[in-house]
Amino acid sequence: MIELENVGYSYGGGELLSDVSVTLPPGSFHFLTGPSGSGKTTLLKLCYGALVPTAGRLCAFGKDMRTLDRDQMALLRRRIGVVHQDCQFLDHLKLAENIALPLVVSGRDTATEAGNLDELMQWVGLAARTDALPPELSGGERQRAALARAVIMSPDVVLADEPTGNVDWEMSQRLMQLLVELNRMGKTVLIATHDLGLIRATKSQVQTRVLRISNRRLQHAGADL
Amino acid sequence: MNIGALLLRDKQADRVVPPTGYTAHLTLFVSGAMAFLAVFAMALSLASGRLADRWAEELARSATLRITAPADQRAAQTEAALAILKQTPGVARARALSDEEQAALLAPWFGQDLPLDALPVPRLIEVVAAEPGYDAAGLRLRLAAEVPGAVLDDHTRWRAPLVDAANSLRRLALISILLIAGAMAAMITLAANAALAANAQVIGVLRLVGARDRYIAGAFVRRFTLRALIGAAVGMVLGMVGVMLLPEASDEGGFLTGLGFRGLAWGLPLLIPLLGAIVAFAATWAAARRRLGELS
Repeated sequence: MIELENVGYSYGGGELLSDVSVTLPPGSFHFLTGPSGSGKTTLLKLCYGALVPTAGRLCAFGKDMRTLDRDQMALLRRRIGVVHQDCQFLDHLKLAENIALPLVVSGRDTATEAGNLDELMQWVGLAARTDALPPELSGGERQRAALARAVIMSPDVVLADEPTGNVDWEMSQRLMQLLVELNRMGKTVLIATHDLGLIRATKSQVQTRVLRISNRRLQHAGADL
Repeated sequence: MNIGALLLRDKQADRVVPPTGYTAHLTLFVSGAMAFLAVFAMALSLASGRLADRWAEELARSATLRITAPADQRAAQTEAALAILKQTPGVARARALSDEEQAALLAPWFGQDLPLDALPVPRLIEVVAAEPGYDAAGLRLRLAAEVPGAVLDDHTRWRAPLVDAANSLRRLALISILLIAGAMAAMITLAANAALAANAQVIGVLRLVGARDRYIAGAFVRRFTLRALIGAAVGMVLGMVGVMLLPEASDEGGFLTGLGFRGLAWGLPLLIPLLGAIVAFAATWAAARRRLGELS
C-alpha cells in the first residue's frame, strides 16, 4: 500500500528523519512510536503527502508521491483516511455534515449514502449527536467523529496520529477497538502513539507490528517491547 | 477549465465556506461604487467622442469666404468668387449672405439698428463642401490670383484645438474606465485574500479530506463573482439614473450638456456588471490559486 525507501526529511534547521525504509502491506496493523518530537507526525504527514520527502522514494498505491500533481494528490487523500490528534472540523457545519464532507467534496451524492452515514454514526456511538456543532463536542466525541470522517470514503489506509491523546483510558480503548475492527475489515492501519500501554492492550486483539523512531531512524521493534 | 460548470451554483460546496459578514458587504459596496463611476466615465467618453466627431465634421464641411474690398468693387469680386467656387470640384454649395443675414450675424455685437451701409462690412460667402471635399490650398491660390480681396477661412484654426480637447477628454475617460477596472480587481483581490486567510482552517480541512483545488477555489470564486455582479448591477442602475437626470443637450449649455447616452449606447452600461463579474472571477481565481499553492 505504502512503501518508503530510504526516505529522509530535513527542514531548514536539520535532519529529522533519515534512511527510513518500511512497507505497509495491505491489511497490516502498525504502531509508530517514539519520544515526543522524534518525527512521528512528520512520518505520517509524509505518508499522506502533506510533506514531501527530501530524500529517498515514497510510493503510495504503486505511485511515486513526487510525481503526483495537486489533483492526483487530492484523489490519493480520498483513499487514505487521516485522524489527527487535534482533529479539525468545519465549525459552522453540523456533525453529520462534517462526517459526510469527504463524500461532498468528491462529488458523491450524500442522499444515497445517508444509510451508510447513519450506520457509521451508530458505529462510532455518535448517532445522538448528528446535529451538534463541532465546538460542542467533547474530546472523545471529536476523536470518534474524526475517525468516522476518515473512513466514510471506505479508504484502503487509515493513518491516525495520537488518536487517543486527548481522551481517557476507557475512551482510548474504545477508539482502538474501532481501529481494530477496521483492520479486520481489511484496512491498512498505521497509528502513531507514545502510549505503550495502549500498544500492549491492542496486541492481544490483533497482530500488530511496532515501528520505533529513535535517533532519526526507524527501527522495526517487532513483537518485543 | 470549464468556467460555466465552475460558476454553477453548488449548494453543498457553497456551504463548506462559512458565511462571511462584512467582507461580503465591502465587496458589494466596492463593486457598486466602481460600477457607478464606470457609468459616468463611459458617458463622458461617449459624449466627448460624439463631440469630437461633430465638431470635426460640422466645421470641416463648412467654410467662409470673406470678401474685403472697396464698396464699388465688392459686388464684382463677390460675383467672381462665386463663379470660381462654382467651378471648383468638391464644393457642394456656395452662397453669398444677404445684407439682412449679415446684419443678423452682427446684431449680437452691435445691436439691431446697425447701419450696415455706412460700415465697410465685408461680404461673406458660405461654402459647403461636398464629399470628398475641395482642395483648400488650390482654391486659395486661385482666389488670390483672381479675387484679391477674398480670404478663405476653412475653420481649421478653430477646429483643431477643439477636436484635440474632445479627443483628450475621451482618452481620459477610457483611462478612467481601465483604472476603475484595475482598482476593482485590486480591491477584490484584497478581499478574497482576507477571506482565504480567515478560512485557512476550512481550506486545510477540505484539502485533508481530498477536495481538489478547483472545488475549494470554486466555492470562493462563486461567492465573489456573484457579489461583484450584484454590486455592480446596483451601481450601474444608480449611475444610469444619475445620467438620466443630467440636463438634455442644448445649445445654451454648449458642450457641458449632452453628456448622457444616446440610442443604442444606453445598452453599453449593461456590460459593466458583466465586466465587473469577470474581473472579480479572475481576481479571486488568481488569489485562491496562489493561496492553495502554498498548501500541500
